[in-house]
Amino acid sequence: MKKQQTGQSMDRVDGRLKVTGGAKYFADHHLPDMLYAALVCSPITSGTISSINATKALKAPGVQDVVSHLNAPPVPGYKNAEAGAKDGLKIFKDNRIYSNGQPVAVVVANTLERAVYAASLVEVQYNQETHHTDMNASMNKAFQNNRMKDYLRGEADAWKKAPVTVDATYTIPLEVHNPMELGGIIAHWDTPDTLVLYAKTQGVKNVQDTMKKLFQLPEQNITVHSEFVGGGFGMALRVWPMEVATILAAKKIRKPVKLMLTREQMFTLVGYRPNATQQLSLGATADGKLTGITHEAVAITSPYEDFTEGIVAMSKFMYACTNVNTRYQLVPLNMSTPVWMRGPGEATGAFALESAIDELADKLHMDPLQLRVLNHADTDPERNLPFSSKYLKEAYLLGAEKIGWANRNAVPRSLQENGMLVGYGMSSGTFGAYRGKATVSATLKSDGSLVLQSAASDIGPGTATAMVQIAADVTGIQASKIKFMLGESRYPFAPQQGGSSTVSTVGSAVTDACQALLQKLASLGISGPDFKGAEQEVTVTATSQAGKERDQYSMYSFSVHFTKVHVHPATGVVRIQHIVSVADAGTIVNTKTARSQMIGGVVGGIGMALTEEAILDHRFGRFVNNNYADYHVPVNADTPPTDVYFINKKDPYINPMGAKGMGEIALIGFAAAVSNAVYNATGKRVRDLPITPDKVLDNKGNQPWKVENKMTT
Amino acid sequence: MNQFSYIRPASLKAAIDAVAKDNSARFIAGGTNLLDLMKSGVTTPEKLVDINRLPLKEIQVNGATLHIGALALNSELAAHDTVKSQYPLLSQALLAGASQQLRNMATVGGNMMQRTRCSYFYDTTMPCNKRNPNSGCGAIGGINRMHAIFGASDSCIAVHPSDMCVALAALDATVLVTGPKGSRRIPFHDFHRLPGNTPQLDNNLGKGELITGVEIPANDYTKYVYYLKVRDRASYAFALVSVAAALDIHNNEIRSARLAMGGVAHKPWRLYEAEKALTGKAPTEENFRYAANIAIQSAKTYPHNAFKTGLSLNSIQTALLKAATV
Repeated sequence: MKKQQTGQSMDRVDGRLKVTGGAKYFADHHLPDMLYAALVCSPITSGTISSINATKALKAPGVQDVVSHLNAPPVPGYKNAEAGAKDGLKIFKDNRIYSNGQPVAVVVANTLERAVYAASLVEVQYNQETHHTDMNASMNKAFQNNRMKDYLRGEADAWKKAPVTVDATYTIPLEVHNPMELGGIIAHWDTPDTLVLYAKTQGVKNVQDTMKKLFQLPEQNITVHSEFVGGGFGMALRVWPMEVATILAAKKIRKPVKLMLTREQMFTLVGYRPNATQQLSLGATADGKLTGITHEAVAITSPYEDFTEGIVAMSKFMYACTNVNTRYQLVPLNMSTPVWMRGPGEATGAFALESAIDELADKLHMDPLQLRVLNHADTDPERNLPFSSKYLKEAYLLGAEKIGWANRNAVPRSLQENGMLVGYGMSSGTFGAYRGKATVSATLKSDGSLVLQSAASDIGPGTATAMVQIAADVTGIQASKIKFMLGESRYPFAPQQGGSSTVSTVGSAVTDACQALLQKLASLGISGPDFKGAEQEVTVTATSQAGKERDQYSMYSFSVHFTKVHVHPATGVVRIQHIVSVADAGTIVNTKTARSQMIGGVVGGIGMALTEEAILDHRFGRFVNNNYADYHVPVNADTPPTDVYFINKKDPYINPMGAKGMGEIALIGFAAAVSNAVYNATGKRVRDLPITPDKVLDNKGNQPWKVENKMTT
Repeated sequence: MNQFSYIRPASLKAAIDAVAKDNSARFIAGGTNLLDLMKSGVTTPEKLVDINRLPLKEIQVNGATLHIGALALNSELAAHDTVKSQYPLLSQALLAGASQQLRNMATVGGNMMQRTRCSYFYDTTMPCNKRNPNSGCGAIGGINRMHAIFGASDSCIAVHPSDMCVALAALDATVLVTGPKGSRRIPFHDFHRLPGNTPQLDNNLGKGELITGVEIPANDYTKYVYYLKVRDRASYAFALVSVAAALDIHNNEIRSARLAMGGVAHKPWRLYEAEKALTGKAPTEENFRYAANIAIQSAKTYPHNAFKTGLSLNSIQTALLKAATV
């Protein structure tokens, strides 16, 4: 019998291509006669364009055209929205400026350098209007839409009646995805109504569908290539206005045009994690049973779209509590639209909930691990359904053992190592375990090899590798003889790579396609292990989706994060010494890539906890740290030894593999594990991320620094 | 980026002439800062004079003096045996700066010439007296968490970003300069300027003057030294505050002390009063705190950087303690 492939640490099928430079990312493509685009972006934050003078730019060497709302080809899909209706930024439709950095023109030239220089020569006049970018100053504009209704279970604000309470405000700053690979696109109109795109996207079919609607073209007229993506973290989950601008420029000039953003433009054109303020209130009995949870969140959005995410979701079902109420509101500001960023919403909410749980444990003089176990939700209290699988308690205990939780002293400032304050912290995270609909084609070649195709994406987790392993187990064909092809819109439909659902969704379709293939082959008299004998290729296509099990079970992945931190008592510098993260994500298809994915999420969590914050000067509505030097993505020196453990128990209901999602839970909750450890080390509770040295020391203001001691000789 | 011409002269004289006679020409060595400035439109030279072929790379000991060529790379200098053994404070400071990749490109002269990292200086749509005199200071009244607490003016509160220069200030280095009128020696203290009413001037170099090297006199700071850099990220981040501390301790007595700070002023900030207070005293925690208190008396803070006063106090004391504890 063949060794089961699922669960092995198989090397990435495209690892060699990636490390040798053979993998082609969107910007690596070069088309004949291709031109280069540079954006002219608005330095004002609200108002209108009064004039654009491109005379100098057009005279600059190599410049082909300057495209703006004044001369862009029409977009048939730009509906005439009703006054007040929000349906996105229609780039180059009119002269309105909604946010700083909004593209106002595209300069196209025969080299990138010439395009960038000519962009600096475009003279744009604006009518500036009052702008609003400060959420705290615009709270009176907070609103709700029908995606964000108030939630109530039991009695509202029941925490107020409890003998032990926590009532605190937690804030997170605006964060930017900042993958290494910059955003952009190559657009080419093969004929006036045939569009070819090389995109940086988490979903080629989504790009194709957006273009279908915008340009009102049949699907087969739109081809989207995206075989390799250099990191997305959510920023490539949709088509952005600057991509449409490039496509319009290519349409006008009738030549291929390539756009690649600058790092600065990554802060204003491709979404971000919205800053949010949350009021989290907990009530408990004296022996630690939760009696009330109230979670109220306010986050920002753009003037032209309502971006919502799961900020208050976790508070509804994470703990067994009779009385829960949540509220979620948005404040529209002169900003571009946010977008899901790894662990979207839930990561924001988990920081508040899991910090508050730690605060409650402190007030109860109870171990926070014990408090979580005591209030463990055995069934989903929100939907009144059993969980399809949940090994959270096991994860708590495993993590506690591996970090050395027994060494923790509940009294802050009681442990020191080498002059550093030592603290231990923990938290948990959860995210829905989804399964969408996908189609996979499976072709057996006459040499016995198997080719699978689906329009899935791989932004880094190793999608094709996992699919090959799944197919190998279903068919018995050697993994080395299986190829999974993705990232092409002409392949059968797969949804975007987002929400930790690719293995579940596409893996199920791979399973079904492989089983259908085996049946077909059997009917042709062809059988394993070599599957030889077919005179020609045999292809089957299968579509797979979830069934009624999703109405019978609540499906979630869970994570547990433990950290040990050092805090310098005099400088407030926090350094994480050791991390243990445990995932309850069902069957692990590939332990090697899964481990990498967990570590990647944890590094994102380190950034959220300690370093990342995009800072606006509200007077101008502009970011002041929009580069890699000043926006602090964690570096290796911030990243301590990280031990990843998997419960690795099959979920019996979610899909044939029993695999739940893992991309999001790697990050969700992590920030609280750090802030809780910092509290344990110092006694200082930092509720405002990131936890920079000044917040730990908290000696802002005019604290008098007197001479405390006489000089001695 | 604007179009520019590029030359690579073979002699010092040709290089100096090229810049002295052309207002729009700039020297370029490692280019780790200049290219950023050109890309963001802050600096728009029409000619770049590449000095990398000039014979200014050597690091050598001349008698009791360490001579460092202006083109010595930051990484080479940090790893140099004599520097590590005789001038360990300099090595530590270098290694605290930037990233390995940048240190492999950045030169000693270029490090001294790097400009502030103030956001308002880099964003050409914002007011900045340093970039555009009389346009106002964006940081005063703006985001000023990273800004100066010592020696600032109403026109500019930017800080000098270098770590290396903090150590050079502490070690009483001398800057060797050659220009159209010949060569001169500038004490390190007089090389960089405070902003005053002319924040556009970072230093006292004349037109066409080129740094050819740096000299550090022999000293007794080979053992009790420490460079403390407090920053938001463990590597590749500018200092919130940094402290270069060097002590000459004999028989539990501080014979002399050197203290300088980075991230707090428009230039590397020497703490002369605190040094004086420590001389002849015992290396105790109390004395270090006393000296640190003296050092911060002249601090003036802004809405976002008030924490720097207390952080400086604690950091000076910590650096001294670390220096004294070998």
